[in-house]
Amino acid sequence: MTKLIIILLSAVFINNYVLSRFLGICPFLGVSKKLDSATGMSIAVIFVMLMSTAVTYPIQMYVLNPNGLGYLQTIVFILVIAALVQLVEIVLKRYIPSLHKSLGVYLPLITTNCAVLGVTILNIDEGYTFLEAMVNSLGSGLGFFLAMVMFSGVRSKLEGADIPKSFKGLPITLIAASITSLSFMGFGGVIENMFA
Amino acid sequence: MSAILTAVIPVVIIGIICAAMLVIASKLMAVKEDERLPKVRECLPGANCGACGYAGCDGYAKALVEDEGVPTNLCVPGADGVAKQLSEVLGVEFEDVVEQVAVIQCSGDCDHTEDIVDYKGIESCSAAKLLYGGKGKCGYGCLGLGDCAAVCPQDAICIEKGLAHINQRLCIGCGLCAKTCPNSLISIIPDVERVVIACSNRDKGAATRKACSSGCIGCRKCVKVCPNGAISIVDNLAVIDYSKCENCPDFGVCARECTVKCIQLKDLSGIHRF
Repeated sequence: MTKLIIILLSAVFINNYVLSRFLGICPFLGVSKKLDSATGMSIAVIFVMLMSTAVTYPIQMYVLNPNGLGYLQTIVFILVIAALVQLVEIVLKRYIPSLHKSLGVYLPLITTNCAVLGVTILNIDEGYTFLEAMVNSLGSGLGFFLAMVMFSGVRSKLEGADIPKSFKGLPITLIAASITSLSFMGFGGVIENMFA
Repeated sequence: MSAILTAVIPVVIIGIICAAMLVIASKLMAVKEDERLPKVRECLPGANCGACGYAGCDGYAKALVEDEGVPTNLCVPGADGVAKQLSEVLGVEFEDVVEQVAVIQCSGDCDHTEDIVDYKGIESCSAAKLLYGGKGKCGYGCLGLGDCAAVCPQDAICIEKGLAHINQRLCIGCGLCAKTCPNSLISIIPDVERVVIACSNRDKGAATRKACSSGCIGCRKCVKVCPNGAISIVDNLAVIDYSKCENCPDFGVCARECTVKCIQLKDLSGIHRF
């Protein structure tokens, strides 16, 4: 149980996918302009991370590894995740139109998101069990959510700030992102020691 | 060779399984969409301005397809062309679109009024408005920081001498600027109307006069000269009722007679002062 909590918390804070591992930067910069779109995107990411881990973990363990095909990991995972997201979109459209409407725009964007692929591959590399892998995916999704919501707050403050002309737009956004990620360095080593 | 096959075959099999799942799912769970919907959506300009009263072009297209009673002439930016196409696709009678344009109800540029403070805050009208109602003498007038110009999808608005000007040729009448202006200075009027009262100051005449030399002082001259009784004075400000204003024989008499020249005439080449 302690291990699961450590995995969850370290996925959220220490190994934050956006701010420490620098995966999924594209949606982080692209969709963080408004709080509601940032939340929508993050919830879709959590959802897809959990789904794709649930599907790719068995494929790795029961299809690729026994046949010595571990090196096909990346290409198979991309294929499976892309198909899965499409499938989820079709199912949502049919049965939960309201959820499809709110997630709909973001789902295709996530199909080839490197954070999602990163989670599934790192789950295998770390040698997690299925349960640990799912917890890690949940934590990674929550970490993405945290980073997106925090950064959309930072960006809304930037809107009203008096920024030198040459820094306006993307440059100041990148600087703000780097400072935000710097703040996450402070979590290093905190959570392991919490339970030690 | 066998090494390649052992790699290729599993990937192909997984790919085929995924494809089969997607095909089955899309057949089983297909959501029926009205086939006219994409056609209708294609006719609309896609500016998502909301002038039709629906949430963007998609919303209007959906409403048109689902409800026969929704008129096809609501798209102001698209004007007659779009309304005709829509009527063709949906098979209903075509009705003329009332083209609308935005007009600024203020004429207080820096020749007529002046600033009382040196505003150095955020370059936005709504921010300036929060700070004691703006920098100018007139609390009703144009703040001149261009919030309307920023939202205009057509780039039809420019700020000159501290006053917003709308290019009537470019304006599509979507009304985004009217919603944005913190002083509610912008009105959307039918394009055929030509008389514009370019002042929104509701102070008494003497106070208005001190703030701006082209502010409406409520002298009632326009009320007296208008042959159709279209102009009235409400709260020390001339207000025009466009349903009564017709292009009278002595057209533009109100604008010519106006003491402070805050009544203006517009045509496609812009707004004319007398």
